[in-house]
Amino acid sequence: MHEMSIAMAVVGQVEEAAGAAGAHAVTSVRLRVGELAGVVPDALAFCFELACAGTVLDGAELVTESVAARARCATCPDTWAVGMPPELCCPGCGRATDVELLSGRELEILSVRWEDGPAGARTREPMPEEA
Amino acid sequence: MCRVVDLRQAVLAKNDDAARALRAGLTARGTTVVNLLSSPGSGKTALLERELLLARGRSVPVAALTADLATENDALRLARSGVPVKQVLTDGLCHLEAAMLGRHLDGWLPEDTRILFVENVGNLVCPAGYDLGESLRVVLASVTEGEDKPLKYPTAFGLAQLVVVTKTDIAQAVEFDEAAFRANVERVNPGVEIVMTSARGGEGLGILLDRALAAGNGAVTHTPVMAGGRQHAQSHDHDHGHGHDHGHGHDHGHGHDHGHGHGHGHGHGYGHDHGHGHDHGHGHGHGHGHGYGYGHDHGSDHHHHHPGPAHPHRPDRAPGSDHADHAPGPDHAHEPPHVRPAAQPR
Ligand SMILES: Nc1nc2c(ncn2[C@@H]2O[C@H](COP(=O)(O)OP(=O)(O)OP(=O)(O)O)[C@@H](O)[C@H]2O)c(=O)[nH]1
Ligand SMILES: [Mg+2]
Ligand SMILES: [Zn+2]
Ligand SMILES: [Zn+2]
Repeated sequence: MHEMSIAMAVVGQVEEAAGAAGAHAVTSVRLRVGELAGVVPDALAFCFELACAGTVLDGAELVTESVAARARCATCPDTWAVGMPPELCCPGCGRATDVELLSGRELEILSVRWEDGPAGARTREPMPEEA
Repeated sequence: MCRVVDLRQAVLAKNDDAARALRAGLTARGTTVVNLLSSPGSGKTALLERELLLARGRSVPVAALTADLATENDALRLARSGVPVKQVLTDGLCHLEAAMLGRHLDGWLPEDTRILFVENVGNLVCPAGYDLGESLRVVLASVTEGEDKPLKYPTAFGLAQLVVVTKTDIAQAVEFDEAAFRANVERVNPGVEIVMTSARGGEGLGILLDRALAAGNGAVTHTPVMAGGRQHAQSHDHDHGHGHDHGHGHDHGHGHDHGHGHGHGHGHGYGHDHGHGHDHGHGHGHGHGHGYGYGHDHGSDHHHHHPGPAHPHRPDRAPGSDHADHAPGPDHAHEPPHVRPAAQPR
């Protein structure tokens, strides 16, 4: 499943950052996901929970910020909402060249919340390995 | 104490980095990678069989690597062309990743290869997100799949640099509406070239090879609109097919260009690689690979974790295939099987 690969990539990157910073419990991860990133947020949330199990992210909350896809034509003044399925020819003049996608392909980790004091008791039971 | 830390990291940054390094390394040695994507059964292998034969006939050094979840059927078919072929079994992973590809090329890909065709796992969702260091990304769709495929899989079609329609020999029977298909592709990927092919009937054969050679010769390739569109662009963009950063001297694309502003290490490979050094290919990462030389040792003692193929070998062979050719090829045997990471996408 695609979202599992993505979730594992997110967890891997956060683990590295947390490890480097000496954090011992990641409580939340904020992602930015573009409309055209090819990721289904619900499926990602499901996979994220599984991918976090047994790691420093165990039980972490996933917050996704979605970004609408917008495009611009070189000759027309307005930008447009690309929609889904995307319309990447200019709705104003019909141009298929010199169209620029301004947003919508984002897939990035924005920020992470973690505990980096001395290791204390976890407030939460670890998730089971498999759900 | 509890704190919020800005990371600002592209989720697929590692893959993008690995792809960039691979592209730089391969381009520097004159190899162009063509990444072929389609849904299962669109005819990737069938078309590739014909293109490989053509290349061989023209003495263009080409090679093919094919990725599947299971079975070596595709490699067996492709190896009949007589060019170097390698099968990668992805162990359940539904797409190839750049670091994986790099590992499989290492020690296998002949130095003089001009075009490496990579047949990705049959899937239009996952492979679309992973740059493999290709200089030409090709999406295929057969006439039987419906004209609205480009709208249903906009990222796959939207990021293609060439769209290949396959099986046109049966277009009439299935009432394929070429104009509607073209309009749908245009909508998600304005300006991309769409070509008609039939591995069986012969239409459009050679186009794929020609486009690949052109890309390798530095011809400007299509830049899809969808390839833009990342707010807060990362410190580097995808450089699909144009203006590669040549000359880094990476052999086999394994060098990593460090120091481009990401705050993470580059433990390549997959899964949870704690304690990361740069140990690609040693323990994590999926996939077994089997190299085929020049069409010999079919069905021999290749041994891997997957039980034997459930499907009978297909009898369709490319006309004129001189698979009896036993020119001694590089005898690439097995790679040691990689250890599977604990958790894996299925
Ligand atoms: N009529 C017709 N059938 C074709 C053509 N090309 C492929 N096929 C048939 O389509 C089926 C699938 O072809 P493959 O080449 O195996 O497709 P693929 O995309 O490699 O499939 P996967 O690797 O499993 O994703 C086979 O039965 C082929 O014989 C063609 O040009 N015309
Ligand atoms: Mg195939
Ligand atoms: Zn998948
Ligand atoms: Zn316009």
